[in-house]
Amino acid sequence: MPDARTDNLKWTIVVILAAMTPYALISFLAIQDWMLPYYLQILGLCCINITLVVSLNLINGFTGQFSIGHAGFMAIGAYLAAALTKYYHMPFLISTLSGGLVAAFIGILIGLPTLRLRGDYLAIATLGFGEIIRVVILNTPSVGGPTGFAGIPKLTSFGHAYLLVVLTVLVVRNLVNSDHGRACVAIREDELASETLGINTTYYKVCVFAIGAMFAGMAGSLLAHYMQFIAPTPSQIGFLKSIDLLIMLVLGGLGSITGSVIAATFLTILPEALRQFAQYRMLVYPVLLIAIMLFRPSGLMGGRELSIDFLKSLFYGKRAGREGEVA
Amino acid sequence: MQWQLIMVAQQLINGLALGSVYALIALGYTMVYGIIKLINFAHGDIYMLGAYFGFYAITRFHLPLLPAILVSMALAAILGVTIEKIAYRPLRNSPRITALITAIGVSLFLESAAQFVFGANFRPFPQVIPFSRIQLGPLFMTNRQLIMLGASLALMVILQFIVMYTKIGKAMRAVAMDKDAARLMGINVDRVISFTFAVGSSLAAAGGILVGMYYNRIDPYMGIMPGLKAFVAAVLGGIGVIPGAMLGGFLMGAAENMVVAFGRSTLRDAVAFAILILVLLLKPSGLMGKETAEKA
Repeated sequence: MPDARTDNLKWTIVVILAAMTPYALISFLAIQDWMLPYYLQILGLCCINITLVVSLNLINGFTGQFSIGHAGFMAIGAYLAAALTKYYHMPFLISTLSGGLVAAFIGILIGLPTLRLRGDYLAIATLGFGEIIRVVILNTPSVGGPTGFAGIPKLTSFGHAYLLVVLTVLVVRNLVNSDHGRACVAIREDELASETLGINTTYYKVCVFAIGAMFAGMAGSLLAHYMQFIAPTPSQIGFLKSIDLLIMLVLGGLGSITGSVIAATFLTILPEALRQFAQYRMLVYPVLLIAIMLFRPSGLMGGRELSIDFLKSLFYGKRAGREGEVA
Repeated sequence: MQWQLIMVAQQLINGLALGSVYALIALGYTMVYGIIKLINFAHGDIYMLGAYFGFYAITRFHLPLLPAILVSMALAAILGVTIEKIAYRPLRNSPRITALITAIGVSLFLESAAQFVFGANFRPFPQVIPFSRIQLGPLFMTNRQLIMLGASLALMVILQFIVMYTKIGKAMRAVAMDKDAARLMGINVDRVISFTFAVGSSLAAAGGILVGMYYNRIDPYMGIMPGLKAFVAAVLGGIGVIPGAMLGGFLMGAAENMVVAFGRSTLRDAVAFAILILVLLLKPSGLMGKETAEKA
């Protein structure tokens, strides 16, 4: 009888081994100077964005809590870690972890009162908190205030970003394919019924909020030490950034980790590749978002993961992908 | 002490004028939410486009102020109905999150399109009304504030009349109460929803021109903050309740000006969000809202 725990363990090992291959390849190319530092940096940004989107997917996609203030957690992690490394000369790892933990803590503080709101109101409340965080940072002169925080030491390498993304995907994936994850999905599907069946909805909602916030905070720290500069503008840490992440999430499909990976990569590389058309970007993105919502709201992966079933269904249509399903 | 009292009173007056515009925008939010349970994120941008329509009406076509406002209101109404038809109507039966994301998309698109077409710079709004002050004892009011307040109040009175004493108003209230029952009663729900969008958008456009005239400048992103603040106003007053939106608007204007009066003007935007969160935590149905049972 296949045991879920050993299944997850097997998957973890598979993913870790599988993840080594792209890393080895990219490192090889980088060492051989066939990959320009510019491309490596874009790949690093891809990893950071994937981390952010997967952590958002945990909250929005798997637990169905509509949070659009995610950039706020990223900002907390970024600013705190940057301040720790720059002013207190703490090691990078400690700063990043601290950033993540403080972001998680703030996530709990914010989540406890607001997660009892439903859909639209939760969205606005999280948007509001995201902006409050940004405004508070904006009014903090010790971290640069409106002119931004400059001179952050460049401590992030592609390896760090890659490590974080693998860690995030593993944690989220294993979390989702466990009892806890099933509880979260139950909350997404029907909160009242879940509560009736004895699932402590508040506990799970706040938990995923905190976990998502933690990864976002760590990703923020990595980002700050990659770009060496952060500014408290809406497009970097405010609602525009949150919406950027939301677009990536929705494109990939709510509730699909592979979808998030694909979409985040695609939407990180695309603006760089089309840099000459940068002025049209903010015209195309919203139209893309509306089009997805109108024509394929379940996203690219339709809320499913990459698996043998999924690939079969692509080739043979819906019937073949479902094994053991009655008609 | 007396000096401080006067300052507070003066800021209250300023807040009244500003609040009346928030009330105009909030009315659009509350009507649309009441009727299709959607937070129309794009509403703030219709306010912005209304200001631009008025700008061009006055500068390009040399219309006086009142016809410019009317033209802008009409154009905004058309725009609102079009947006509803393209982006919101197909999602009428979809999960609310889908519609919310679409609304965010429409909002971003309008802002980017406006920046593309009009340029991102601030434009000075034409000075069609010469500036003058009216003294009321130790306090004063500018004639622009009076126009803002007067025009907003007039529009609110007209709206109240439409909603309470006309057939279409009755239809709006019926659809807001129970869409399917209204349809069974023979009301053309689609048309009523379109009308609601039209009215809400035209009010927002009027607000846009009034504010453009008051602050003497317009830009493609002027709708974001007022839009969010007006949304908070609508929630504060009770979303879906029309008098609540008016009350909420005035309260938001007063609160914002109080914050500026006490020196912390950099936090004025955060105040709106703080009020929102307080309301959602303490009395989510708003000051004048109805307590509805939480449906699954």
